[in-house]
Amino acid sequence: MTDRSQTRRRSTTPRQWVSKILITALLVGFAVFFVLPIVWLLIAPSKDGRQLLLDSPFSFGSFEQIGANWNALFSFQDGVFTTWLGNSTLYSFGALALTLLVSIPAGYALALVEFRGRKLLLMTTLIVMLIPNTALVLPIFLELSALRLIGTPLSVILPFSFFPFGVYLTYIYFSTAVSRDLLNAARMDGAGELRVFAQVAMPLATPVIALVGFFNFVGNWNNYFLPFLMVGGQKVPVQVGLANMLANVPQFNPTTATSTVIELPTLALATLLSVAPVLIIFLFSQRFLVEGMTAGGTKG
Amino acid sequence: MSETRSITTAGAAPRALRRPPARLHHSKTTKRQARFGYVFVSGYTLLLIAFGLLPTLYALFLAFTRNGAFVGVDNFVRVFNDYRFPPAVLHVALYVIYWLISLLVFVVLLALVVHAIRVRWASSVSRFVFYIPGAIAGASSVMLWLFVLDPTVSPVSALLNAMGYESLVQVVSLDNLPIVFTIIAFWTGAGGWIVIQYGALNNIDPEIMEAARIDGAGAVKTAWHIQLPMMTKWISYMGIMSLAAGTQLFVEPRVLSQATRGVVPDDYSLNQLAYLYAFRQGDFSGSAAISIVLLAVALVLSAVFIFRGRLFESD
Repeated sequence: MTDRSQTRRRSTTPRQWVSKILITALLVGFAVFFVLPIVWLLIAPSKDGRQLLLDSPFSFGSFEQIGANWNALFSFQDGVFTTWLGNSTLYSFGALALTLLVSIPAGYALALVEFRGRKLLLMTTLIVMLIPNTALVLPIFLELSALRLIGTPLSVILPFSFFPFGVYLTYIYFSTAVSRDLLNAARMDGAGELRVFAQVAMPLATPVIALVGFFNFVGNWNNYFLPFLMVGGQKVPVQVGLANMLANVPQFNPTTATSTVIELPTLALATLLSVAPVLIIFLFSQRFLVEGMTAGGTKG
Repeated sequence: MSETRSITTAGAAPRALRRPPARLHHSKTTKRQARFGYVFVSGYTLLLIAFGLLPTLYALFLAFTRNGAFVGVDNFVRVFNDYRFPPAVLHVALYVIYWLISLLVFVVLLALVVHAIRVRWASSVSRFVFYIPGAIAGASSVMLWLFVLDPTVSPVSALLNAMGYESLVQVVSLDNLPIVFTIIAFWTGAGGWIVIQYGALNNIDPEIMEAARIDGAGAVKTAWHIQLPMMTKWISYMGIMSLAAGTQLFVEPRVLSQATRGVVPDDYSLNQLAYLYAFRQGDFSGSAAISIVLLAVALVLSAVFIFRGRLFESD
């Protein structure tokens, strides 16, 4: 491989040079498109409103200004931002725990246990999994409002915990990664089904638990539509609260009557903090994720 | 509007096996296994019924009744005749077309290019860079793009000014919106798809690629005659999933509408209209009718893909 590419490199023709330059330009162009907004978002909270408008977009303000924006954000409406973050944490982690508790056993049973109705459940899971999750939000809202459950934390956590994709992922994992013979051997030795699951399957399941947990948490933390319909007032998660902040930004809403106004850099800081947990998870798990996402493609 | 969930579905998919689960001949063991199986799927099945099946049935019931009395397709007729309905369909359709084209062209192109990079670190760095905006989704990504599209604070204000824009309201004028939403959705969602298409490219037998090279095919010819045909399944998967997700457009126009105080109308998309029916007009039947239409589109696309596409094999 290396030999050939070296000989090829030596005999690079002008035409190949042109295509190389074009390809590099394409890659760099798109890299700038994807990264530029994030870089700007990281820098914006270091400025005050005036600097944001007048200074060069990528100049750094000052650390004091970060502190000032931070204080402005967290004192906004008696610290409502902290409440929103707390709500997001409650909804996302509550749903995460329930999802894992429910999806991992279900995926395991679908993959390795024989029972009637298994195929029907699997097929239903596949179909529901491919429906965008927003498609069921209004029907779920209509159902829960008929049951008078709107406005409770459970009206967010329970729908968040219904995660067919996680069940499918677990199903795929157990039907490929865990040998059936191994389970049968344990069964022959007299181990009950629960012991087979707990002592043979679970120790092998860490990767899929992490993967299901990741997708569930990220999807729920960033979900806007469902909590927007289900909860209001002090109970909204940060995604919904962030959008509601726009009413207090004079640049977007000159008629704002409220006494507390939000400056643009403070809004930028709020945007950054609203995605911070997910951004951090992305940064630290990127190798694992890219491997997980391409595992099927490379090993299949 | 693309979500990590549907994007990454593909990653694990091709490993599905045809092997049936263990069949033990001992009937007592089989019975015990079955009982155990029911216990293990019970929690998930309850959630599936409560938040998949029942809401669908209840929305169906609402859509065909009014104040509890069966009214046939009246609700659908009423919604379709609403003066806001045809524009909403048009808006969503335009956005979906732009978005699909951008995905089909750029995602495939970038996946091919990244796959062709021989330098290992450059390949993984570019995949990471394309993928990272996926962390910023929902209202946060729209908020970030509010800044980027506002010429007064934008990091690309020079570009916006050169295009003749001086205020946010000009940038997000009604005619520009399908493009604006496409850019936002592409920015958040394309990276995940690039990683998946890259995985599909890795899956192509290197010997076939080698044979093509020996026969004198250049990179472009190889891509066109070998790689693209072998990616068709994954490309159509991306297309169908994005089509289904695109029809659900809600958070982007909703936040932009809040930010521009109605310059972007609050009935721009179908889901927004369904929301207004429920919340402003208290008309749950009309709201359910729109949701049922959208849900039917998603269900049909999903079913077509499972039964015709053969990408996901249950066993």
